[in-house]
Amino acid sequence: MKLYDMAEVCRSKNAGPFQLTIDLMFDDPEKYRKLLNSKVFNPKNIAMLYQIGPETVTIKTFERILTVKVVMARKYSSGSPMDNDVYGSQQHFPLGDLEII
Amino acid sequence: MKKDCVRYLSLCGLLGYGYAPESLKNALAMDLDFVGVDAGSTDPGPYYLGSGKGFVKALQVKRDLQLILPEIKQRKIPLIIGSAGGSGAAEHVRSVLDIIGEIARENALEFKTAVIYSDLSEETIRQAADGHLFSCGGSPEFDPEIIGRLSNPVAQFGTEPIIEALQTGAEVIVAGRCCDTAVFASYPIWKGFPAGLALHAAKIAECGALCALPVGANDSLVVELYQDHFTVEPPNPARRCTPESVAAHSLYEQPDPNCFYEPEGKIDLSGCEFEALNDRKVKVTGSSLIPAEKQTTKLEGAGLVGFRAITIAGIQDPEAIRHLDEIASGVREAVAQSANFISPQEYTLRFLRYGLDAVSPVQNGVEHFPREVGLVIEAIAPEQAQAQALIGLARSKALHQGFPGRKATAGNLAFPFSPSDFSGGEVYEFFLYHLTDLPLKFTPEVRIIK
Repeated sequence: MKLYDMAEVCRSKNAGPFQLTIDLMFDDPEKYRKLLNSKVFNPKNIAMLYQIGPETVTIKTFERILTVKVVMARKYSSGSPMDNDVYGSQQHFPLGDLEII
Repeated sequence: MKKDCVRYLSLCGLLGYGYAPESLKNALAMDLDFVGVDAGSTDPGPYYLGSGKGFVKALQVKRDLQLILPEIKQRKIPLIIGSAGGSGAAEHVRSVLDIIGEIARENALEFKTAVIYSDLSEETIRQAADGHLFSCGGSPEFDPEIIGRLSNPVAQFGTEPIIEALQTGAEVIVAGRCCDTAVFASYPIWKGFPAGLALHAAKIAECGALCALPVGANDSLVVELYQDHFTVEPPNPARRCTPESVAAHSLYEQPDPNCFYEPEGKIDLSGCEFEALNDRKVKVTGSSLIPAEKQTTKLEGAGLVGFRAITIAGIQDPEAIRHLDEIASGVREAVAQSANFISPQEYTLRFLRYGLDAVSPVQNGVEHFPREVGLVIEAIAPEQAQAQALIGLARSKALHQGFPGRKATAGNLAFPFSPSDFSGGEVYEFFLYHLTDLPLKFTPEVRIIK
C-alpha cells in the first residue's frame, strides 16, 4: 500500500528556510506500526527519493497521536533561485508514493 | 494582589490574515489581561526580509488593527504586536507604526507605544561571525564574505525586551523580529507564571485558531494560564478545540513534537497531558522549561542574488510535450548565442514544466505524458533589464524552437497573456539563519502615536 493511501494526514511544510518536515498521521495503530516496522521506510531510502544526504534525514515518532515525523534538509533553501516550493507544502511526494512493505 | 490567572487573546494567526468580528466581541466579554498578535514569518521566503516589504498588505493590517485598537484603549489592556510588518526589520516596523498613526488620527485617539527594533549592525554580525555563530535548522556554515551583501539583518529576540516594554506601561508594543512565543509568554512570565507553561501556551496561541476545528489561522484564540496548567478555547462558537487538535498542533512546522527551543531554553512537551474541559475547551498540563545554559539568539539575513523575469505558456501539442527536453536545450543554446549583453555564467534560465515535473523530478522516466503542460520559463540575472531581455529571447525561441517530428510548425506555445513576460523583481536568498551566543540588547523606545 502506498504511504499516501495508508496515512490519514500526509503533509509537508517548511521547518525554517533550510528544512522540511513531513507529518504522517494515522487513525489506525496497526498502520502506524506497519510503517515503523517497514524495511523501506528509513532515512537512506527517503534521502534517495529527495536526492539529499541520508545524514540530513531524521524520523521521529509521536505515538500518543499515532504520528510519524520526517525532518530533512531542503535541497535548495526556501525562495532561493533554484527552489520551486517556497512554503514546502507540496513536498510530501515523492515520499507519499513509497510502497510500504 | 497576585493574580491566579492570566487570560489573553491571540487575535489571529498572523496580523492581516483577519478574524471574525464575533470572535473579538466574545473574547472582549471576558476579562482579558492583554491582546497579542504575531505578524511575522520566514515562511513566505527571503524576499520580504531582504526587500523590507511586508507579505501582508497595509490594508489587511489596517483592517485587523482598526477593530482592536479602540477596544484595548478603552479597556486599558496592552496590545502586543510581534515581528511587525512580516519580517520585523526597521522598515517593516515603521510601516506598522504608520498604520497605527492613521487609525489614531481617524479615531482621535493617542497610543503610548513602545517600539523595539531588532536590526543588527554590520559590526555586530562581524563580531558574531568571529566564532559566535552556529548553524541552526540545517543552515549551511556562515560565509563572512556575505556580510556586506545582507540587507535588513535582524535578531529574533525573546521575552526580555517585551517584558521591559510592558514595564513602561505602554498601551501598544510594536516589536521588531521576535520569537512568536515572546508575544504571548512575556506578560505571564512578567507576572510570575511558570515559563514552561507560558511558552507552550504561547506556541499554540501564536497561530490563532490553527489548533481548533475547523482550523483557522484567520481567527482568534483565548488562553487562560494558571500556575499548573493552561486552557485554550476559540472565542468563535463555530470552532472548537479538542485534545487531539491541540496535541496535533505541537507538530506543526516543528522538527520535534516532543520539545521546542526558545532563547529561554528547551520546552519539554514529553510529559504533556491534554484534557477536554467541555466540547470546545482544552486543558494542558505538564509542559516544562529546561533553561538554556547559555542564552542564544537567532539571527536572520537575506542577500540579493539577482533579478527575475518570467513568461508563462501552455502546451498541448503531443509532440511538443514529448520533446520538452530538446526544446529547452535548443532555447538555452539560442539564448546564449543571441544574448551579447551577458555571459552564460552570469544568468540562469529555468524551465518549470507544470503537469510533468515542475514540483518534483520524475523518478524512473516518464510513463505517461500529460495532455497539457504549463510552462514557466524563468531568467535570473544581475540586472532587471538583462533578465527581461533574456526572457524575451527565451520566449520567442521557445515559441519557434524546432524538434524532431514537429507538426505544429507555426508555434509551440499558447500564451494566455499579452504582454507575455513578467518582471519578478529582486531575488533574495537566506544567508544568515544562525544562532549566536553573543549577549545582545534590545531596548524599547517609548513614544506617543497620535
